[in-house]
Amino acid sequence: MSTSDRMTRELIEAIANVVIAHVNELTELDRAIGDADHGVNLERGFKAVLQRMDTIAVMPLGKGLSEVGMTLIRFVGGASGPLYGKLFVVIGKHVDEAGVVCRDTLVKAGEDAIRVLMALGRSDVGKKTMLDVLVPVLDELRFVHGTDALPQIRRRAHSAAQATVPMVARTGRAAFLGERSQGHMDPGARSSELILSAVCNYLESRPGANL
Amino acid sequence: MNRNVGIVIVSHSPDVAKGAADMVRQMVGKEVPLAWCGGNPDGGLGTSVDAIEKALQTAWSDRGVVIMVDMGGAETNSEMAIERLPDKKRAKVVVCNAPIVEGSVMAATESSGGSPLEKVRRAAEELYPRM
Repeated sequence: MSTSDRMTRELIEAIANVVIAHVNELTELDRAIGDADHGVNLERGFKAVLQRMDTIAVMPLGKGLSEVGMTLIRFVGGASGPLYGKLFVVIGKHVDEAGVVCRDTLVKAGEDAIRVLMALGRSDVGKKTMLDVLVPVLDELRFVHGTDALPQIRRRAHSAAQATVPMVARTGRAAFLGERSQGHMDPGARSSELILSAVCNYLESRPGANL
Repeated sequence: MNRNVGIVIVSHSPDVAKGAADMVRQMVGKEVPLAWCGGNPDGGLGTSVDAIEKALQTAWSDRGVVIMVDMGGAETNSEMAIERLPDKKRAKVVVCNAPIVEGSVMAATESSGGSPLEKVRRAAEELYPRM
């Protein structure tokens, strides 16, 4: 098994496991301002990913990530399926075309993915969604460097998710609640933070990790 | 080839989708190609891209298909299903921004008179007041 094969399996398993481990927390966040299905929906999707792991693990990283995206689109069953699905498909496509994972590739992939998500979800930053984590993290990614890069990205993801607590939802089902959506963290922002942290943790566990 | 625009009803709840479809059938009989789906891939409340794709095949008409949705994921997943269609078919499917039950009945009534896709969509969307 080559390094890239191992990375495909290890990185994707790390992401899937962290989401599955937080299913109750995500569902509770969604119960407060949505329809209480974010955790169980993502769990269904990532369990389907784990079931296909033997097929996915032999793919190069980019193709593997795209396959994760296609699986989420098919199995999640809520709006988070197409949204996270597209995120993985687009990032996978960029990684596959570039052949390497470097900062330039990730920034381009992130920009492209965020554009797609804004169009698909008809949303933008400041509306209490996953974009309120993804966009600040992309900004961070442009400038961080050296050994503190990954911890810094993780901190930014965390503070950005926290920053959705006082926001009023302007999109998705939480928008029905208007002002009442204040005081709760957005479940999509939290799941984005969890996934980004899992990626940072995994990359840190590899020797010589930096950006 | 079906001569009328098809209707696909997508709800988080299979009961809602089937109920709306029953009302449409009673209104317009077999004049309009019709399919419904509801529930996530495990059978709970939610929607499924695969099921929407199948419903699009069932209700396919070369004059086009309108998809009636209830909320959130039903719309996003419908757009995903449309995106997976071949280019030629993709341009003939629209997601309709209308209340699912009344909108389905209005769209089907319009379709049963032989109206084109855009007119069928508008008949349903007029149920929502203009913003």
